[in-house]
Amino acid sequence: MTAAIKSQGPAVKAHSARNGQGHAAAEVDPDGLQPAGLPAPAPGPRRHCLDLDDYSAEEIRQVLDTADAMKEILARPVKKAPGLRGRMVVNCFYEASTRTRVSFEVAAKNLSADVVNFSAGGSSVEKGESLIDTARTLVALGANVIVIRHSMAGAPHVVARNAGAAVINAGDGRHAHPSQALLDLYTIRERLGGLAGLRVAIVGDVLHSRVARSNIHGLTRMGAEVILCGPATLLPVNLQLAGMRFEHDLDAILPQADVVMPLRIQKERAEGGLIPSLREYRQRYGVTTERLRRMRPGALIMHPGPMNPGVEIDPEVATSPQSVIESQVSNGVAIRMALLYLLAGVAV
Amino acid sequence: MYSDVEAAARNGSDHLPSSGGKLIMSADDMRRALTRIAHEIIEHNRGVRQLVLVGMRTRGVPIARRLAERLDEFEGVQVPVGELDITLYRDDIGLRAVQPMVGSTAIPVDVSDKIIVLVDDVLFTGRSVRAALDALIDYGRPRAIQLAVLVDRGHRELPIRPDYVGKNVPTSQTEDVAVRLRETDGQDGVEIVSREVRA
Amino acid sequence: MLIRNLRNRADVRLEGSEEVVDGRGLVLLPGFVDLHCHLRQPGFEHKETIATGTLAAAAGGFTTVCCMPNTEPTIDTVGTLQHVVEIARQEAVVRVLPIAAVTRARRGAELSDMAELAAAGAVAFSDDGSPVASSSMMRHALEYANSFGRVVIDHCEDPALTKGGAMHEGQVSERLGLPGWPAAGEEVMVARDVALAAQTGARVHIAHVSSAGSVQVIRDAKRRGIRVTSEVTPHHLTLTDEWIERGAYDANCKVNPPLRSEGDQLALIEGLLDGTIDAIATDHAPHAMADKACEFEQAAFGISNIETAFASLMGLVHAGKLPFDLLVDKLTRSPAAVLGLDLPADDWVLVDPDAEWTVDAARLHSRGRNTPLHGHTLRGRVMLTICRGRVVYDALREAAIAS
Repeated sequence: MTAAIKSQGPAVKAHSARNGQGHAAAEVDPDGLQPAGLPAPAPGPRRHCLDLDDYSAEEIRQVLDTADAMKEILARPVKKAPGLRGRMVVNCFYEASTRTRVSFEVAAKNLSADVVNFSAGGSSVEKGESLIDTARTLVALGANVIVIRHSMAGAPHVVARNAGAAVINAGDGRHAHPSQALLDLYTIRERLGGLAGLRVAIVGDVLHSRVARSNIHGLTRMGAEVILCGPATLLPVNLQLAGMRFEHDLDAILPQADVVMPLRIQKERAEGGLIPSLREYRQRYGVTTERLRRMRPGALIMHPGPMNPGVEIDPEVATSPQSVIESQVSNGVAIRMALLYLLAGVAV
Repeated sequence: MYSDVEAAARNGSDHLPSSGGKLIMSADDMRRALTRIAHEIIEHNRGVRQLVLVGMRTRGVPIARRLAERLDEFEGVQVPVGELDITLYRDDIGLRAVQPMVGSTAIPVDVSDKIIVLVDDVLFTGRSVRAALDALIDYGRPRAIQLAVLVDRGHRELPIRPDYVGKNVPTSQTEDVAVRLRETDGQDGVEIVSREVRA
Repeated sequence: MLIRNLRNRADVRLEGSEEVVDGRGLVLLPGFVDLHCHLRQPGFEHKETIATGTLAAAAGGFTTVCCMPNTEPTIDTVGTLQHVVEIARQEAVVRVLPIAAVTRARRGAELSDMAELAAAGAVAFSDDGSPVASSSMMRHALEYANSFGRVVIDHCEDPALTKGGAMHEGQVSERLGLPGWPAAGEEVMVARDVALAAQTGARVHIAHVSSAGSVQVIRDAKRRGIRVTSEVTPHHLTLTDEWIERGAYDANCKVNPPLRSEGDQLALIEGLLDGTIDAIATDHAPHAMADKACEFEQAAFGISNIETAFASLMGLVHAGKLPFDLLVDKLTRSPAAVLGLDLPADDWVLVDPDAEWTVDAARLHSRGRNTPLHGHTLRGRVMLTICRGRVVYDALREAAIAS
């Protein structure tokens, strides 16, 4: 590197979630496959879940296995275990969300944690109190875990660095949504028996999608291949990670995919000049009943929600036998219980 | 037994250290003890009706299965066997640096109005059993819960006593009881290991 | 004052005191000239004042600083300009040369009273912080200022391409999910300004060049004889967008134009070496803690760097990427020449090219603690700064006391 200033001393922050500062540059397996020779787990217990880029395959597997145990709790008459009794989880939502917030809330309650929900519109600056002050206040009030959703990338990292609580990123800007990616991995593993060697097509507005970004990290780390398919204006064309590639022709890749995951397309994308019209978008990238017929038998349809039925996905496709969209939602609770259990119980 | 779980968390596996301790139960002793316990269960409950065996993970599970085989042999009834993971019910959440992995729990029948025989390998402080009682009650309201252990080593910290005991073994706090089973460890036997050896 | 045993020249005697300084291992240079800094006064005294900003400048070896007019009110009238000049006369420890706004309130709609402002002491004109967005307004500004020998300094940014941009658009922004500020957002404006300079025959000065493409546009323009000069900042020469990732969204790395890629960095150094880029200017942009301790996208743009500039640039010298004499030229004679000024004879800076020190944001003289270099050890240190024959910064004494 040319940076003439040497990085050294305490200022070398890395973005590893282990200490809230810092960065284990995503170790990438050269051939995109695991399991041999995976990145060694970083020293010390993990304190935060900010993205999947610093999770090893082993750690991801640990979360998924824990979610298996959590799923058993969900099947009981009393869907509750005292695993996090006396721990306080604060859902700190700076951006509107129903499913993710409720999912985290149910997960925390299933583990007997005390749950506080806090929502604020817009940014902390508009609200008049800084994000850091808010986070410190929550910790002073007893928060052990801060689950944060924010419209701006990196907000959870700022909280992780400045507050003495475990931080779980529930979606930050277009950056990351690790719990969603983990539940996607879990659902695929549950349905198809594994992840290595699969080919997953993520279709549509990848550029603005935090779900896609976290899925790229998670899937490639587990040895799956990711195809990002969409118009050039909606793909993060500068992104280069092992195990992923860009495509523009959905019909060409459809027969190769084991999983097809259309992303929500927002009307504003047409207004901003990124696509000509939703009509043309559907024609080229909509997962229609017609296209469903050309998919592999047994291939899965997933959608992170909320859907625009009739635009990026036909309603008949969403409810077809190949669709696992509902399982994604119920598995989300098990995954979030697993994350909360693994992060919230640790002595700080 | 807590120290087992913790050792497992530390080692990342369920392996006990290889021998080096004093053998207190041979494979034959173990077989005889389990046979006796099976008879006691039948006698005490006047048969095996409404009985469910629940093994506490890890080594309570194969012991429960062996007891079930004997009950089938003596009474000709297949008693349901469940397995219970108590991790989420432990009383030391938040006191550790790393969370222990949560294992699977599978209770094949509704426990309401059943007589549950909880099975573990070693009874020590009683904390695991306390956790198991809480866990079981989350599955319903059993008519009764009884406790069977292969070894009772004393040092209780809670008011818990076993209904069926394979062997009472006086130990000191600096010793550990290592139970080995065919199913999990390749061979049967119980040893006392001093903690210095384990460390 | 007598400075003896210097590394680069014979003993020097300066008027004013009888003190004898042992210059062993040290190099005496003309005081540095900064074409571009923000002193924030009037209007933003919580970020910096003329007093604190010039103390920081002195600590960085700068004896002349040109301050940008994006204050509140904007320096766009003779009254405001005189106010700044008066505060500087009373409180500044180094020379302060004000730059006035091209357009009133930097809104891009009407030209400021440029000739009057020039007569009152404005050394150049700039709407820095914003570009002069209208091409026709820029054309008129260039023509008008040229008629009385002043240069227009343009902050090159096409707002339509950079709207919402928080960092360089590239691999790192895609990984971090931050909205990108593409290199083209600068390059189209640089190209426009070059075309306008060619059209009008007036000289344009491009502020804080950050991309390889801009360097190429300016190089070609110079080859064609078009009157264009340019500057580059220490941070664009020494840091890259990867610092944002390594710092886990460290807002102290957020600056406009943004830190770019390694390839851009190499092109900027190449531009200095071949003369495409005339000067190094700090774009020292101090901010209050609250402006930076927030979400990256919400954070203010800017780096407080006037105190670390020389030392961080010495990193390039020690790495063999930039000759020491060229660095000195780009900090002294060359920026003065951009403004048509001679170097003052009684401004000096004494530096130790090899002394290592660790940046401590809390110990900066500037009110702006917004440095990405906090905790980093730099090699090269300003030991003594003399402006108008007076010692305005003295680290030798501190060092002597410390040892």
